[in-house]
Amino acid sequence: MAKVCVYAELSEGKLHSAATEILTKARELGDVTVVALGTGAKAAAETLGKHGAKVAYVSEDKVFDDYLAEPATDVLHAIQQADAQDLVLFSFTSDSRDVAGRLAARLGTGLISNASDLSAADGGFVAKVPYFGGAKVASMRANGKPAIVLVRPKSFEASESGGSAEIKEAPGSVGDGSKRAHVLERVVEASEKVKLEDARVVISGGRGMGGPDNFPLLEDLASALGGAVGASRAVVDAGWVPYSMQVGQTGKSVRPGVYIAVGISGAMQHTVGMKTSKVIIAINKDAEAPIMKMADLGVVGDAMKIVPALTAAVKAKKGKT
Amino acid sequence: MKIVVTVKQVPDPNSTQSLEADNTLARDKEVVLDPGDECGIEEGLQLKEAHGGEVVLVSMGPERAKDAIRKGLSMGADRGILITDEKLAGADALLTAKALAAAIKAESADLVICATESYDGSTGMVPPMIAELLGVPQLTFAKKVEVNGSTLKVNRQTADGYMVVEAATPALITVTAAIAEPRYASLKGIMAARSKEVKQVSLSDLGVDGGEPAETIESVASAEARKAGSIIEDDGSAVDQIVKVLADAKVL
Repeated sequence: MAKVCVYAELSEGKLHSAATEILTKARELGDVTVVALGTGAKAAAETLGKHGAKVAYVSEDKVFDDYLAEPATDVLHAIQQADAQDLVLFSFTSDSRDVAGRLAARLGTGLISNASDLSAADGGFVAKVPYFGGAKVASMRANGKPAIVLVRPKSFEASESGGSAEIKEAPGSVGDGSKRAHVLERVVEASEKVKLEDARVVISGGRGMGGPDNFPLLEDLASALGGAVGASRAVVDAGWVPYSMQVGQTGKSVRPGVYIAVGISGAMQHTVGMKTSKVIIAINKDAEAPIMKMADLGVVGDAMKIVPALTAAVKAKKGKT
Repeated sequence: MKIVVTVKQVPDPNSTQSLEADNTLARDKEVVLDPGDECGIEEGLQLKEAHGGEVVLVSMGPERAKDAIRKGLSMGADRGILITDEKLAGADALLTAKALAAAIKAESADLVICATESYDGSTGMVPPMIAELLGVPQLTFAKKVEVNGSTLKVNRQTADGYMVVEAATPALITVTAAIAEPRYASLKGIMAARSKEVKQVSLSDLGVDGGEPAETIESVASAEARKAGSIIEDDGSAVDQIVKVLADAKVL
């Protein structure tokens, strides 16, 4: 069996949802060792065991909470030295990206970034990577030893397989030389009632919303449906809404039951982050907008009228049941 | 403070792209300075204006990538270095990082500024690799930067807000588009850029070997397209139809 190592990202004591998604795929590819570092690592190891990890390297040392990238790189490097892995997997999220890049450079091996799928083939690994703005998918064979691959969140659905991981103390020692990028403070700006990545319904707005003043219309619909509000890159770049709401290549990937795109044309940059949604509804003035070609229901009309009417209808229907 | 900004020439985001026979992106099309790098140059210039020093642009690419450097020089950067070498055609992230890191090392920069990811490659892996190869800390996804003597403080964008991260220089930062609105080059700036130095170096000048790329592209297929559903004009019944779809999907 191939040896597969998954770096399970923790943030403020919580396991990132991508960890169990990637683990669900990783256990098909070989015997999985996970690495969980920082506050909450022990509890995370239990969850990771249920999802198929055989061994969990764990440390709750605060150094992993307080310093970016380098302490985690030290641990992963030590694991690779002691017990060479065939494949090391990371999620394509900001903290993991920082660690993966440093690890690859330290090992002198390359990596494959931004993958959306992964399989074993001919004794190695082949990753599928969105290419050419998302219009194409490239199959890339990993040449590195170990192969290092970063996988986009929401590429796989997490499922438990039962079992538990053997807990081991994370190897290596973190020297003062790695305590450099010091986290002084964490500030939460988004007052999300429902997390965008976890929402069953996502309502996203684009340029067609006309301006930031109209976004409360989407908030109202989201709260009526118990969903979350997202946005296209164009309106985030324009400063209408914060980056935390951005869905797409350079933002979040989502996979809700229903995705409602309001005033979004459907550039590849956006659709790569939402096209695996189960049902897509688009509301747009332009019948020719690319989003219409991928929507299960495309409504050509004025969002400023349709959205408030829809909110009222949802509330009325909920009131009845 | 000596600041190095990495810059890249990329296919114009507003032009249509195509693929070469070997499935790599055709890069002979209309090309521009990566819009993300313009933000990095702007931040570098603002730091220089506040704290003094020099802004050096480092790029890797074919000879025509000098145009991208020249654009940054016309914004106000002091000089440029272009790493160009046949062995770099199709270079992966690690080789790119090795070449850039070697050129940056020779400059003994206090601060290296990169965009979080390039517009065309989007792997986002070159900056942390450069930081590791230079042996400096990295403060990534910066949307605000403060320099106080040899201390660097950054507001680092996170999924739900930001974190404040501090490190001593030398260090590398990656910047988001929120960091600074790039200035337009003035006519004076464009004229001045013509006489600014752009040094061209090869891999052997830098003492870097080529190497086996990290990945081999085996095939490229069209992304799975979703089947189009129905498109309706809103004649007043749209809301009812949306409600039906929501109910069928069991979210209502």
